[in-house]
Amino acid sequence: MNNNENTPLLEVKNLKQYFDINVGVFKSKPLKAVDDVSFYINKKETLGLVGESGCGKTTVGRTILNLYKPTAGEIWYNGKQIKTKADINEFRKKATMVFQDPYSSLNPRMTVADIIGEPLDVHNLYSTKEERRERILELMDYVGLNSEHASRYAHEFSGGQRQRIGIARALAVNPEFIVCDEPVSALDVSIQAQVINMFDELQDKLGLTYLFIAHNLLVVRHISDRIAVMYLGKIVELADAEEIYSRPLHPYSKALMSAVPVPDPQVARANKRIMLSGDIPSPLNAPSGCPFRTRCPHATEQCAMETPEFKEISKGHFVACHNIDKIN
Amino acid sequence: MRKFPINMHLNVDSFLPASDAEKEYMVQMRPSTTFFRDGVKRLLKNKIATISFIMIIIITLACILIPLFWPYKYDKQLGISLGKPVDPTYANLRPFEYGETEQAKIAAGETVFPHIFGTDSAGRDYFIRVVYGTRISLLVGFFASLIVLVIGMTVGSIAGYCGGKVDIVIMRIVDIIYSLPDMLMVILLSAALNNSGLDKLIQGTVLEKIGLNILSLFIVFGLLYWVSMSRLIRGQILSLREQEYVLAARACGAKPGRIIKKHLMPNCIGVVIISTALQIPSAIFTESYLSFLGLGVNAPMPSLGSLASDALNGIHSYSYRLIIPAVVISLIVLSLNLFGDGLRDAFDPKLNK
Ligand SMILES: Nc1ncnc2c1ncn2[C@@H]1O[C@H](COP(=O)(O)OP(=O)(O)O)[C@@H](O)[C@H]1O
Ligand SMILES: [Mg+2]
Repeated sequence: MNNNENTPLLEVKNLKQYFDINVGVFKSKPLKAVDDVSFYINKKETLGLVGESGCGKTTVGRTILNLYKPTAGEIWYNGKQIKTKADINEFRKKATMVFQDPYSSLNPRMTVADIIGEPLDVHNLYSTKEERRERILELMDYVGLNSEHASRYAHEFSGGQRQRIGIARALAVNPEFIVCDEPVSALDVSIQAQVINMFDELQDKLGLTYLFIAHNLLVVRHISDRIAVMYLGKIVELADAEEIYSRPLHPYSKALMSAVPVPDPQVARANKRIMLSGDIPSPLNAPSGCPFRTRCPHATEQCAMETPEFKEISKGHFVACHNIDKIN
Repeated sequence: MRKFPINMHLNVDSFLPASDAEKEYMVQMRPSTTFFRDGVKRLLKNKIATISFIMIIIITLACILIPLFWPYKYDKQLGISLGKPVDPTYANLRPFEYGETEQAKIAAGETVFPHIFGTDSAGRDYFIRVVYGTRISLLVGFFASLIVLVIGMTVGSIAGYCGGKVDIVIMRIVDIIYSLPDMLMVILLSAALNNSGLDKLIQGTVLEKIGLNILSLFIVFGLLYWVSMSRLIRGQILSLREQEYVLAARACGAKPGRIIKKHLMPNCIGVVIISTALQIPSAIFTESYLSFLGLGVNAPMPSLGSLASDALNGIHSYSYRLIIPAVVISLIVLSLNLFGDGLRDAFDPKLNK
């Protein structure tokens, strides 16, 4: 079963991540950053994860890599559940992460070579110093960094170059799976294009699988095979990228898609922009039932009572909404 | 182009790989400097800090080297020599005056080393006493800060790294210690230590010469003064722990030992050195005024504070005996403080962002 082409590379089942937040002196309350999320990612595929800031995207990525211990839920990798310390350690040689902030994700007291070489050091992936050096230079070449810069410090580089260093670090262990947590959102638009293009090339060259987190829909559309839309700790819709752009079903996805600028003025006029009223509620006081109901133009009584099920509407198209048929 | 061409503001052409010429253009950078070299450069630009540093070096070298060749000893009463009556002409000499036997020698054509600052009421060369006093003050300052550093760093990093309950307990203890009156503790401790029989234990060691009072000063520093250092380090570690590079290290499976050694320590070492440097003058100051109150070093060992205190008796006729140690204390404390400030300006990354 392990190497069956049909088993997804990564499968997440009912993942929950609650943070205990102190409210008052002795009371604490769970903040449901991720609440019952399930999805899978096939080999060499890219799953885009979009949603407003604070909806729990980063937490999903970090919990998958066990940087936070999941409150509940299962993570399966290559047909095997990641559970024990040994599993996690093994998993960390195959799954890595690119961080959002290219400034705080690189240690200012380490040279580029040491930053990129850290995973090699941790996992003892070389036998001689020369081997380590060669591997680091190879990685720098992959991401388009000049090998002469190996002994420089991270603060000497621009944002785009820093993000390349972060990507080289993520590639060091020869991973199969990379969580990319808004890797371009801190960069200039012109640099964004270069870096995304690089992610694309690396995927083809090294056969990588990505969970690609972004709040910019354009970015995800370009790189993703499938897209998951997240709202307040829950995935509300998941479908093929093309499908979700052309036929979004969940009212939240519809609103998000309508905010994407379209170049054709006729189409643009036809697609009236859907404005959402109100703000995203705090995950500390999430609404009962459907998390989106407080801002949903179609909300009914049922939405306040029951949490909608995450159902497969058509093949590969999942939605969590009570009123799908009525709305569409 | 793979998958969907981008149809928005982004130009598809910009997705092509950079040409070699473009890459070449992007690698134009200023010469590489390490954080340390950068800091030293900034420090050297700061004239006041540089002068203070030179001052500290001069004073330190002076109190190490001068006793090696100075012909007088700090505890030698020049008027007393074996088998002769006490020669009172040696007491309270003014600068560059000589005792009777010395004047006789000069008259006979011999050269006699001058008493630059004269002698004190017991006939001891005052210059060498000031030098020794400086030595003691510097030693006390240095070791007290070292004690503070070691204890504060250990406790602070444990509290910061472990967090949670450990942190809460440690920080409550710190709060309690903070509220103790430190001077009262020094006085009580030296009284307690004097009656504890500890003096027999330290007989014959260097500690005996320095005296129990200084020992109790060290103990008080060890017991009380580490709290602000540990708070500082805890705060540093707490904020560093949340940095994404620490998370990145954890994501690739680094163990806590490696994270502390490679990520946390190097990033807070600057702040640690700076606050240690600023701790030294405060320790020197504490020692000085304890000695002034008579709770400092044991006679005949001088310290700058006890020299000033002794000088009070003859303040009208011999005011320079008070002024000299006072000026030396001020010089040391001032240059250490200014140098510490310079260090902070040069090395604290938050200020030069
Ligand atoms: N370590 C943490 N402790 C407590 N709350 C957290 C922690 N990390 C994230 N959160 C909270 O979880 C929610 C989701 O955060 P995050 O996953 O960073 O969102 P996103 O990446 O989508 O912007 C936010 O409300 C945030 O305040
Ligand atoms: Mg995020």
